[in-house]
Amino acid sequence: MAKMTMVQAINLALTQEMAKDERVVVLGEDVGVNEGVFRVTAGLHKAYGDARVVDTPLAESAILGTAVGMALAGLRPVAEMQFDGFSYLMWGQLEGHASRFRARTQGRWTCPLVVRFPYGGGVRALEHHSESREAMYAQIPGLKVVVPSGPRNARALLVAAIRDPDAVVFMEPKRSYRAFREEVPEEEEVLELGKANVEREGSDVTLVSWGATMRAARQAAQELADARGVSVELVDLLSLAPLDKETIRASVRKTGRLVVAQEEPRSYGVASEVIAAVTDDDAFWRLVAPPRRVAGSDVVTPYFGREEKYLPDAPRIARALEEVLAC
Amino acid sequence: MPRTEFASFSIPHLRILDERGGLDEALAPDLSPPELERLYRGMVWAREADQRMLRLQRQGRMGTFSPSTGQEAAACGPALALGERDWLVPAFRELGALLMRGVPLHRVLLFWGGFEEGNVYPGLDRTLPNAVIVGSQIPHAAGIGYALRLRGEKDAAVLCFFGDGATSEGDFHEGLNFAAVWKAPVVFVCQNNQWAISTPLAKQTAAASVAQKAVAYGMPGVRVDGNDPLAMYEATRAALARARAGEGPTLIEAATYRLMMHTTADDPTKYRGDEEVKAWEGRDPLVRLRLYLERRGHWDEARETALREEVKALIDAEVRRYESMKEFPIAAPFDNVYGTPHPNIAEQKEEFLRALEEDGRRG
Ligand SMILES: Cc1ncc(C[n+]2csc(CCOP(=O)(O)OP(=O)(O)O)c2C)c(N)n1
Repeated sequence: MAKMTMVQAINLALTQEMAKDERVVVLGEDVGVNEGVFRVTAGLHKAYGDARVVDTPLAESAILGTAVGMALAGLRPVAEMQFDGFSYLMWGQLEGHASRFRARTQGRWTCPLVVRFPYGGGVRALEHHSESREAMYAQIPGLKVVVPSGPRNARALLVAAIRDPDAVVFMEPKRSYRAFREEVPEEEEVLELGKANVEREGSDVTLVSWGATMRAARQAAQELADARGVSVELVDLLSLAPLDKETIRASVRKTGRLVVAQEEPRSYGVASEVIAAVTDDDAFWRLVAPPRRVAGSDVVTPYFGREEKYLPDAPRIARALEEVLAC
Repeated sequence: MPRTEFASFSIPHLRILDERGGLDEALAPDLSPPELERLYRGMVWAREADQRMLRLQRQGRMGTFSPSTGQEAAACGPALALGERDWLVPAFRELGALLMRGVPLHRVLLFWGGFEEGNVYPGLDRTLPNAVIVGSQIPHAAGIGYALRLRGEKDAAVLCFFGDGATSEGDFHEGLNFAAVWKAPVVFVCQNNQWAISTPLAKQTAAASVAQKAVAYGMPGVRVDGNDPLAMYEATRAALARARAGEGPTLIEAATYRLMMHTTADDPTKYRGDEEVKAWEGRDPLVRLRLYLERRGHWDEARETALREEVKALIDAEVRRYESMKEFPIAAPFDNVYGTPHPNIAEQKEEFLRALEEDGRRG
């Protein structure tokens, strides 16, 4: 097995899926000759040429809109939005068409497409290049929203997304793109969409997170284990829609305590949904402490001069864990 | 029934100053020596600032930015035509226009240095901050133009910049269409620098020129040698006059070239050849205007040296100012989310500050 960054692992998924299925087409701004501004599409243009690796004009709505058309006509488009902050320009096509062609045509027409883009802060990027707004996508009926947390699951989830019969929003935590490496097998590995991963088993408290915040969550869990022998059960959501409520509930039934850590703004986010999944259920009766959210703030994402302080980090997560453990 | 012609069009091309500084007298704008010098100074200032910003970025003293070297004529020519009452709506590659407009360099540095304070130009009205979302500023310009008309401001117009890539966005088409329907007093300047990151013009549009896109919306379009500062000035002056006279918007295509990288995070050697860059280096807009000024007896080596030194000293001072301003209140993002008190934001601000304090205590 080779040690890979998340960028390389996503590239491996694209390379292998394009080789396997000639319906797979990659399109977006600068994805071809330039191999993507983060080099995610490295080698694809050389291997598959202009027709299957399409450098498009600068138009997000048309990138997704044409991907919808391609999907309707039998292709398997993988569209790239260059950055999170520009994905809103595709919103009309995503909400109005990609997500609902199946429902509005009673299954006659479907949109098997993937739209992937880097999201989140922490890389000292420009204005509009650091947002974390995954709940906005997760709320659209008919879409699947997937967020990998490391190279290996990124590869296995992207393969599943490309083969999925519906539209999948694949959000790549850009802070994790090159931050660390993992062993990624050359042979095919596919993860089922809609399943969370219990990354670390524990009995004292459940900590739920996803994407780049998983690194801070891991660190916080380890610190508490080392310092005080606390046993944290760490759940990596991987899919925000559909949400794997069963895994969350089973964990909370065991631990009786819940902390959710998200980079998104605090209000109306995925953490609220995770907590509701527990309070909606019999698992609620097992709670011995009020669940807590560690989150970004309801402010416009600050420019990078201030952003580090605004990103939820391990000390903040550790503090929340201690608070619920003190109850 | 015969097949007849319903419409036809042609696109004028304007060039006044050639590459060796030779002037087309018939087309020459009416500019006084001090105005010409102001134009040249703006261009030199932008070039020197660009080079300094590149060093600051490489030293980690500033963030990613988009250099404008090579495009000084396309930014400064229009800026010279701008009156105080006019609005300036930039994209993100018009350093020369911002400087000539009076935006202090330290504000530009603050923007690229990661601080919202860089969007604020104290004392300078009618100049919008950079628009990073490509093309998103174009409808704003149309709206400002509408407001000027509604409020009866006949002495003002709007100058709006964007790149060739922006002409593919819906906002470009929607904004130009609105402006034309409203006869809004707007001058749209497309800096066609031939590339949108790695996408060459031929992959951006199948049209022979950007200027001809104006035809479809019902406004004049003109293609200008974008490395000719006099042509850029003259085309913009005429279009602003037309706008102020209530005759509606104009689209100006400045055919120019980005000599450096798209941003400091970009490697242009991946997608374009040296020869093309070299050819455009030979059309440097600074050289062209300098040769012309020399020929007219307005310029010489001594004045050039003095100007470069003056500009460098100015930049030094602005860089120092920028670096002395980098310690802004950390909680500022909470203070301007709404104009009225918002209990949830107030609560979060308090929590945020408490968390920072605890982090500090833990060391
Ligand atoms: C809506 C949107 N999509 C993508 C980007 C990323 N991006 C920034 S600049 C750029 C190319 C812009 O090209 P052009 O309009 O020609 O201006 P130039 O950079 O050449 O000055 C791209 C794709 C963006 N900022 N906004």
